[in-house]
Amino acid sequence: MADRITLQVARYRPEENAEGPTFQEYEVPCPKDWVVLDGLNYVKDQLDGTLSYRWSCRMGICGSCGMTVNGEPKLTCATFLADYAPGPVRVEPLRNFPVVRDLVSEIGDFMRKLATVKPWIIRDTDKPLSEGEYRQTPAQLENYKQFSMCINCMLCYAACPVYGLDPKFIGPAAIALAQRYNLDSRDEGAGERLEILSQHEGIWGCTFVGECTKVCPKNVDPAGAIQRYKLHAAVETMKTFFMPRGAR
Amino acid sequence: MSGGPAYSEYHPRWFRPRVSTYWWLSRRSYLAFILRELSSIFVVWFVVYMLLLVRAVSQGDASYRQFLDWSARAPVLVLNVVTLFFLVYHSITWFNLAPQAMVVHVGPRRVPALVIAGSNYLAWVLTSAILAWLLLGG
Amino acid sequence: MAKQSIEPMLWMLFSAGGVLSALVLPILVFLFGVAFPLGWLSPPGHEHLLTLLRHPIARVAGLFLCMLSLVHGAHRFRYTLYDGLQIKHLNEVINVVGYGGAIAGSVLAAYVLWQIP
Repeated sequence: MADRITLQVARYRPEENAEGPTFQEYEVPCPKDWVVLDGLNYVKDQLDGTLSYRWSCRMGICGSCGMTVNGEPKLTCATFLADYAPGPVRVEPLRNFPVVRDLVSEIGDFMRKLATVKPWIIRDTDKPLSEGEYRQTPAQLENYKQFSMCINCMLCYAACPVYGLDPKFIGPAAIALAQRYNLDSRDEGAGERLEILSQHEGIWGCTFVGECTKVCPKNVDPAGAIQRYKLHAAVETMKTFFMPRGAR
Repeated sequence: MSGGPAYSEYHPRWFRPRVSTYWWLSRRSYLAFILRELSSIFVVWFVVYMLLLVRAVSQGDASYRQFLDWSARAPVLVLNVVTLFFLVYHSITWFNLAPQAMVVHVGPRRVPALVIAGSNYLAWVLTSAILAWLLLGG
Repeated sequence: MAKQSIEPMLWMLFSAGGVLSALVLPILVFLFGVAFPLGWLSPPGHEHLLTLLRHPIARVAGLFLCMLSLVHGAHRFRYTLYDGLQIKHLNEVINVVGYGGAIAGSVLAAYVLWQIP
């Protein structure tokens, strides 16, 4: 229908906007196959080269282009402009993270938290190369496959009110990724991860709002991962309480 | 701000917005969540109400009649109607979330979400039916 | 092991209370809170109710229902206060009043149920 649409883009330049972000309007073309990212690239190429934002693969696999579009956390490469016609479309940086400039968020908090859950295969002893590869049945793969789909886009952190209120909360993606490894048949590190996750700002901060699962572009279902892990962690705690020598 | 920018080229001044006290009004799903959590107040109220009932029954028939009359008075009735809505809301949200929290395998196959939620609802109906039958003079 | 937190225990009690309250309370509210007072159904006679309540199974089940529902309510409300009013810094007060209240309520429930003639 309309072949142009207005983008209302949040601008924040630390050297100019001391009080906080302002909004700048740009009119961009709106072909039916354009996504918000295409609109932003048009702005940067043709209208205003000072706009700063992150993007990379433009196909929903790198997790770089997460932003808030009309109040919802979205991957801008997967959000069609035509769906918002006649507009305007409000583009803001990802919520719950500090804003560095314009649409660029500071994501160091998540990167540090991710490292604390040890998102790699942990084994007591590695299998020697001569014994060949680790084998997994399709059923064993199914156990953790959903959680391995996470692209670290942090839309779940933007949607999670608990993370917004308490930045110490470890957050949905970190727990889902810990589960990806806990449930992997090759992994033997569940005990190590339990210590980090069972802190108060680990899984127990979660109140099962469920927004993280709603906004996840890869259907990882972090909320489900967290609730299932709560049961596991609680049972493990009971075990150490009642059978101190039997527990790992 | 006076005195020039307090940041450097390598550590820019980040903008950290404060979360509003009314964050839960900003999205429908947040509001639904907070209402679900507020059902906890009505759970506590109804436990108190039940204990008052049991006490009234213990004290004899007259006392029980008095309790029933009191329960029919407008403020108590309204409170209990609201309580009913909140407790039903609690039950529905709880059973709908059960499949996400519980993954059950029968042999190699995963039990579908609908079956898990459905069995919860079935248990709810059966429990309610049994209690109603007991109380209504079965 | 890391220092044992009481959180997992509280969460299990919260979950148990959630399931019990979800299954049992709605029908009770409907009957004793709405249907009987409004006259939609006639309430059970005093003798009948007393016979039901004085049975040991009823007393024990009733006690568990009250205890777990109270802990469920306290636990959930505690997090509502943290998230809703952002008063996490008052967590000591909230915990004492909340869980303390649940314990006190449970003791009261035990007393009331014990006192059934």
